Amino acid sequence: MKRQTLKIDSITEIQNGIFAMNLGGDCSEVNAPGQFINIHVDGFYLRRPISIYSYGEDYVTIVFKVVGQGTKALSEMKVGDELDVLLPLGNGFDPEKGGEKPLLVGGGIGVPPMYGLAKDFINRGIVPQVIMGFNSADDVILLHQFKLLGIEPIVTTVDGSMGIKGFVTDAMKDLDYDYVYTCGPEPMLKAIWDVAPDGQFSFEARMACGFGACMGCTCETKYGYKRICKDGPVLYKEEIIW
Amino acid sequence: MVDLKVNLSGITLDNPVIPASGTFGYGKEFAEIYDINILGSISFKGTTRDARLGNPLPRIAECTSGLINSVGLQNPGVEAVCEKELVDMAKIYSKPVIANVSGFSIEEYVECAKAMDKQPQVGIIEVNVSCPNVHNGGMAYGVLPESAAEVTRAVKAVTTKPVYIKLSPNVTDIVAIAKACEEAGADGLSLINTMLGMRIDIARRKPVIANKMGGFSGPAIFPVAVRMVYQVAKAVNIPVIGMGGVSSARDVIEMMMAGATAVQVGAANLVNPYVCKEIIEDLPKVMEELGIEKLSDIIGIIE
Repeated sequence: MKRQTLKIDSITEIQNGIFAMNLGGDCSEVNAPGQFINIHVDGFYLRRPISIYSYGEDYVTIVFKVVGQGTKALSEMKVGDELDVLLPLGNGFDPEKGGEKPLLVGGGIGVPPMYGLAKDFINRGIVPQVIMGFNSADDVILLHQFKLLGIEPIVTTVDGSMGIKGFVTDAMKDLDYDYVYTCGPEPMLKAIWDVAPDGQFSFEARMACGFGACMGCTCETKYGYKRICKDGPVLYKEEIIW
Repeated sequence: MVDLKVNLSGITLDNPVIPASGTFGYGKEFAEIYDINILGSISFKGTTRDARLGNPLPRIAECTSGLINSVGLQNPGVEAVCEKELVDMAKIYSKPVIANVSGFSIEEYVECAKAMDKQPQVGIIEVNVSCPNVHNGGMAYGVLPESAAEVTRAVKAVTTKPVYIKLSPNVTDIVAIAKACEEAGADGLSLINTMLGMRIDIARRKPVIANKMGGFSGPAIFPVAVRMVYQVAKAVNIPVIGMGGVSSARDVIEMMMAGATAVQVGAANLVNPYVCKEIIEDLPKVMEELGIEKLSDIIGIIE
């Protein structure tokens, strides 16, 4: 972890209330998809933890949803503004374990980290299967970006307005896969955990520090207490206790 | 050259800056980003006799200039702390540390203190009678002068190390409790612990924190802390470690002028992990600016 000043190179509202933000600066320590950054927003005491969508030596891109006053203020910042950021945080996904037929499942604002992971797989010569779940067609994000990687994601919507009507687990039934990577709301993670043979699950929690000092986001696992921020956010199927 | 040294019960600290218990773990996360040996001391994560997972999540709520936490004394228990955490800590920090201990009964406080007494790297035992996040423990002992004195006497009886009692601000008369601890043999006092607070998610119509209430800390409570440190330091003849919202070198100096011999930095570590390092680097500059040569000269100078 390091504290870096990153400059906003672009900010775009890609869907109602969902923003993509490119941040330039030294991001060379980011080393796994699924890691996150913790952003100081002026006027707010705690930083905002946001997962990384894609990254390189000199940039990170984040995709975040406005869920409160802090993310609202972040969404109103301008190109050229500087952000005080702690990065990289968390363990991230381990693509090595995914085998030949990995399945990537993102739900809602849990979709963005799956993009970085998909890119990683493609760099390894594996085209992963991707399922993206949303409430409605109006919530769908990043579909085009996945297609540009050469992936044809399966979309599910709860109201049936796009793709398969239902939940991501409905789409999983017909697929041949041996390992799942997923990020999204906890009920979705649990439903996937129930049916997936093995996999990695990225959790979300309210946290204060984001780097393992405050014990604000501890959960119990088969291997003892883990901090979502530092020992996670990615946990392995076999260690998760619901 | 300005002099930053202060003395707590015979232990000389290179500077008065000490990360507060529960905001610095056992130093590991911070040692990854700077050499923590620059710190005056470290008050490590509160220890109880038995391992504790702590309270249900969410445990954190943001506030204006601060946060509420309801961690609930999560720790691996005194045996694991002594056998593992302190062994690891000795590899990254070579000065005497402050062992913060808690209990749900006098016996538990005594057991923790006994174990810490045997640890050579522990310089001071800081007895937490003020955790607002656990039922029937911690704060229960800190809200009355008699029970705070009882814990003090019990711990003093089993250790030769200096014993500091960490006091709660959630009381009607902190001076009376401070005096009772002094009379019972406390070597020093740490104050203030967090203030009991609460936030409500107005959209969900539910408390933000699973436990409903928690400990409020951060810059918002700094004026309350300065006031209480001032009142207590005036009333007792033992050293006071001041804490509560300290976030800068200027805050350290203000806290010391109010009567603190040393200062703990808590919540600020969580939002700026470099804050203690920055404070230590800034102190000489601020001292020169204010015409302070020896930091210990300003302790309690406010009449």
